[in-house]
Amino acid sequence: MSKILEVRDLHVSFHTYSGEVKAVRGVSFDVEKGQTLAIVGESGCGKSVTSQAIMKLILTPPGEYKHGEVLYNGKDLVKMSEKEMEQVRGKEIAMIFQDPMTSLNPTMTVGKQIMEGIIKHQKLSKAEAKEKAIEMLKLVGIPSPESRFTQYPHQFSGGMRQRAMIAIALSCNPNVLIADEPTTALDVTIQAQIMDLMKDLQERLGTSIILITHDLGVVAETADRVAVMYAGKVVESGTINEIFAEPRHPYTWGLMNSMPKLNQDRSEELSPIPGAPPDLLAPPKGCAFAARCKYAMKICQEVDPELIEHSKDHRVACWLEHPMAEAYRREVVEGRQSV
Amino acid sequence: MARYILKRFSLMIVTLFIIITATFFLIHSLPGSPLQNAEKLTPELQAQILAQYGLDQPIHIQYFKYLGGLVQGDLGTSIANGQSVTGLLMNGFSASVFIGAQGLILGIVIGLILGVLAALKRNTWIDSFATGTSIIGVSVPSFVLAATLSYFIGVELGWLPANLWGTYEHTILPSIALSFPVVAQISRYVRTEMVEVLEQDYMRTAKAKGISRLAITVKHALRNALIPAVTVMGPLAAGIITGSLVVESIFAVPGMGKIFVDSITSKDYTMVMGSTIFYSVLIISALFIVDLLYGIIDPRIRISGAKE
Repeated sequence: MSKILEVRDLHVSFHTYSGEVKAVRGVSFDVEKGQTLAIVGESGCGKSVTSQAIMKLILTPPGEYKHGEVLYNGKDLVKMSEKEMEQVRGKEIAMIFQDPMTSLNPTMTVGKQIMEGIIKHQKLSKAEAKEKAIEMLKLVGIPSPESRFTQYPHQFSGGMRQRAMIAIALSCNPNVLIADEPTTALDVTIQAQIMDLMKDLQERLGTSIILITHDLGVVAETADRVAVMYAGKVVESGTINEIFAEPRHPYTWGLMNSMPKLNQDRSEELSPIPGAPPDLLAPPKGCAFAARCKYAMKICQEVDPELIEHSKDHRVACWLEHPMAEAYRREVVEGRQSV
Repeated sequence: MARYILKRFSLMIVTLFIIITATFFLIHSLPGSPLQNAEKLTPELQAQILAQYGLDQPIHIQYFKYLGGLVQGDLGTSIANGQSVTGLLMNGFSASVFIGAQGLILGIVIGLILGVLAALKRNTWIDSFATGTSIIGVSVPSFVLAATLSYFIGVELGWLPANLWGTYEHTILPSIALSFPVVAQISRYVRTEMVEVLEQDYMRTAKAKGISRLAITVKHALRNALIPAVTVMGPLAAGIITGSLVVESIFAVPGMGKIFVDSITSKDYTMVMGSTIFYSVLIISALFIVDLLYGIIDPRIRISGAKE
């Protein structure tokens, strides 16, 4: 397995009237060729900012890349000029956005919107690009693609628009596809269709996918690896089995507990994580999750834990992982299992 | 689409009919008579002149007679000088339409450029300049601006003729004076809308495709930003027409504005009616064209219009 994309210690801030919002505070992860990495976390944890930062879609100002690198095949995208980025966007790395209702231009036909990238990156003539665009519409399962080609986004349903977005994103065979909550705005029946479509296309085209979501169900079905984000940082990352079978960070436990299970007794209530994420205008000194963590120790308030390697792939940023806290950790884990 | 146009067209005829009727009875209910120096004429002579123009008949008969002529395209003869109203209007028409159209086009082009630049270079001197221009354009009345232009550029600097009519140079200052409010409005609308459009999700989608910034601005942003600007173009065109009344008199342009104002003061009934109809047709057509443009730019409107 080789790494196609490596994000190293990425810091992104936004300058607002009330001060600097540190939206992403040192995120690192790798994407392997042909695999799916899921980034999960609650709203406002920096998932979308991270994903847009990879393609340098963050407007600067108000945004600012403070630190870190995004290595695509070894080249640092953060240092690239806008002209160089134009050759990466759409061609090497493509993106699907959260809201298909607003992500397509209302005054341009869907066909034209698909053709744009094809003409730019594949240097095809208009007629060839049109053919390719219709082929893409067919590929993403839009019926009668020839007539759909000349229609406007408002003549498409939500699911169809997201299919069109996928057609745009995949039209130039990108190596990496970033899907920022691709199913959040769609109803449940369509969600499954879209996820299946993405999986199917991944198998056929060999695309690597970064899937941004807060839906653990979707993660379990599609991802190979998972990075759990909280308050602008990755708090736990590992393979799908490691994260679901043996989650080690209290925040990941919280996420799992707030998800309904099939074998759960109906009288049993879901346990949400109490409280709200910290204000990233003034992030806490210690662990950002400490204030909401049932198991927080004194050190958690004082010093922010580093990512510690639990196994080759499994990393956790929690003081419970520290050798000195081993006894307490065992106690905590036993307590969790007995509940 | 054809049905929509037909529907709009019949509505335009109704509007015009209402304007004609209202103006006809209003102008006839004004005190005084179209006869100038009436006290010097003998009662017999007065009666004879009134009879010549059909003004001795009851008002409703006059009204129907007028409508009858109108249907045949006859606007009647001017009471003040006995010439055909259509001919007189046509004389003034070319001058008015020339400076009006020139002013409108100038205003739209400059307004667009200014608005787009201001939105792209937000919070820079370009933005401040555009804002300043539009504040001046909106708040300074056209007669002040026209007089200022005439004095400084025409008289003090002597670059262009300060007034009168004849060569192309004579049309420049009146056109600039007329274009100013248009620049102000268009640049303001385009800037506001452009700023909003630039923040839309689909702009991010376009950028994520890797197309250049120029292509994004022209193909994706501009068209969407134009929609509200097109909406105000109708009223702006109307504003140019009414604004020309004042501007024409300051620059002594022999246009329709002068004819209109003179006809009201002299109670030249047929002339007032003729100019009113003319202006109404112009404004109604401008609004109609804007509606059609609106449909061309925004496909969502085109489709719903066709379904009606």
